[in-house]
Amino acid sequence: MTPPRRRPSFWEPKYTDVMSARSAPAGVTSADTRGRWGEYGGVFVPESLMEALRQLEAVRVEAWTDPEFHAELDRLNREVIGRPTPLYLASRLTTKVGGARIWLKREDMAFTGAHKINNTLGQLLLTLRMGKTRVLAETGAGMHGVATAAAAAYFGIPCLVYMGAEDTRRQSHNVARMKMLGAEVRPVTNGSETLKDAINEALREWVSTVETTHYVIGSVVGPHPYPQMVGDLQSIIGREARGQMLELTGKLPDAVVACVGGGSNAIGIFRGFIDDAGVRIYGVEAAGTGAKGAPHSAAIGLGRPGVLHGARSYLLQDNDGQILPAHSVAPGLDYPGVGPEHSMLKDNGRVQYLTATDADAVAAFRTLASSEGILPALESSHAVARGMDLARSLGKDGDVLVCLSGRGDKDVDIVAGMLGL
Amino acid sequence: MSVDIQFDLGAHLKQKVSEGRKLVVPYLTCGLPSPGEFVDLYVKLAESADAIEVGIPFSDPVMDGPVIQEASVRALEAGVTVDGCLGLIAEALKRTSTPAVVMTYYNPVHSAGLETFAEKAAAAGVSGLIVPDLPYEECAELDQALKDKGLALIQLVAPTTPAERASMLAAASRGWVYVVSRMGVTGLQDSLASASAEVVDRVKPHTDLPVLVGVGISTGELAGEACRVADGVIVGTAVVKRVLEDDLPGVVSLISSMREAVNPS
Repeated sequence: MTPPRRRPSFWEPKYTDVMSARSAPAGVTSADTRGRWGEYGGVFVPESLMEALRQLEAVRVEAWTDPEFHAELDRLNREVIGRPTPLYLASRLTTKVGGARIWLKREDMAFTGAHKINNTLGQLLLTLRMGKTRVLAETGAGMHGVATAAAAAYFGIPCLVYMGAEDTRRQSHNVARMKMLGAEVRPVTNGSETLKDAINEALREWVSTVETTHYVIGSVVGPHPYPQMVGDLQSIIGREARGQMLELTGKLPDAVVACVGGGSNAIGIFRGFIDDAGVRIYGVEAAGTGAKGAPHSAAIGLGRPGVLHGARSYLLQDNDGQILPAHSVAPGLDYPGVGPEHSMLKDNGRVQYLTATDADAVAAFRTLASSEGILPALESSHAVARGMDLARSLGKDGDVLVCLSGRGDKDVDIVAGMLGL
Repeated sequence: MSVDIQFDLGAHLKQKVSEGRKLVVPYLTCGLPSPGEFVDLYVKLAESADAIEVGIPFSDPVMDGPVIQEASVRALEAGVTVDGCLGLIAEALKRTSTPAVVMTYYNPVHSAGLETFAEKAAAAGVSGLIVPDLPYEECAELDQALKDKGLALIQLVAPTTPAERASMLAAASRGWVYVVSRMGVTGLQDSLASASAEVVDRVKPHTDLPVLVGVGISTGELAGEACRVADGVIVGTAVVKRVLEDDLPGVVSLISSMREAVNPS
């Protein structure tokens, strides 16, 4: 493929990743001036949305360099989210596995029960700065929907959430939570009735209301500047975890593991360790049932590059470029694409991408619950499953850091059903 | 199935406009209601249309409202493929010279490979391409690939496009300039947003190509209103709705009535 002709950059002014640079000596990654991560990312949206994206990028750059913005974000992180979240040594799990020490970054203890709130409070601050009066979100497992609804309630702004009809059934607990927080929840009955279709509907709604409404995308996906912005807001996970590991063990972990759907908790924790060459980094995608030919969500492992929802990235698609239905027992991983920064990290080899099946995740859920008293989200359970393998292979002197991205209360019906409890 | 590809869509349409004709461009989802009926409908509409926009269906059409989404689902379920669509267009173009413009999303084009797609489209006789999720900043490669094969890449201008950017898009567009009449996805509407006339005015000084208004043009009355400032209209949902209802005579009479409304005889 020939490189594209040089075009004047749409994004003015050129941004600097001040947020990461400000507090982290390492882990600074950012898209280029075209919003590209290597050959991934970009801005593939209808012309109707271009002006809103330009405005968002301008306001984001201004905020990222404004001490007042950071002071307010720091306050929200402390007082609303309860940061820093603990770094937790899972001692009984470590003993049970019989290998390296297993450390959990406890994003499940963040307000609303997952890392998603790190992103939504930051985007709500930008919404106010843009003078927009309403927010819109998609949600898969419902955790991003809940985190957006809570942030919108905190700032007194109306909130509309699109959720696949299939997901409203399997995560009904979160539908009720969103409604209680004052959000409107619209079930989406198109396509596979999951996260991809919720994003389609959110984009359609956004085209009609873009002048008053900010679209709070919940992962490191979508057109530039979303992957950059969401990754920056989530990078606090990795900055904290790196400092906590050094403080508690005097060294960096041997391996860092996180689950990858769109991939925002993973980018959040990875950013803290990207520049530490001695730290091996693993992303875990959902393999679904693992049966041959059955749908899964391993876009990086088994997909090829394509363009969906505003960005070029690895994608599950057929030979004609039609998007294939994804599947995972974890609704938050049930997505045929992945964030463009992950695609770059796969190609440059910095991160290794593994998979875990539905059964692996449920087994890890049970093991963690019974050995530590923690109910992990089924999404995070994929990372726990491969984290235990890594601990086994590293041996007793090692340290494995797992991002426990969310709590599993939302999943008790799914797991109880599978286990016949 | 080789068809003459040395055809300049922009020049062809400009000539018509210079003769005082307003342009009517209906949109058909390829392969509906059946492959054979699609080809017949194309040929029939070609009698009163100036070009025909043919949608190659995509699984996730984010710029489209419920009607065209439904048509895309039906076409894909019936087994329509990119190559199959281009084959049907080539068949239609053996029976009429009214130019075909393909509307599709970027992933099917990207998946085929830009040069390969351009080559296949040219071989089918396609004159131009509209890719609603490919904004100017990302279009350089495809623009070049299409140019090499004599195909036009049509740029869209929206009500939210600032004046300076609108002039840039107008200058970059080929074939025609597509003015999106309102903020929203494709669908029906009862009145024409006043913004669309302003956008047409913003664009006109920067291009000598025809400026066409689309999205929500569902009646002859709205088409006539749009053509007071624009050079023509694109009619999508109103056509596809009738196709989905199997009302093919209704499609033909709608387009004839639009023809009459924009150029009263």
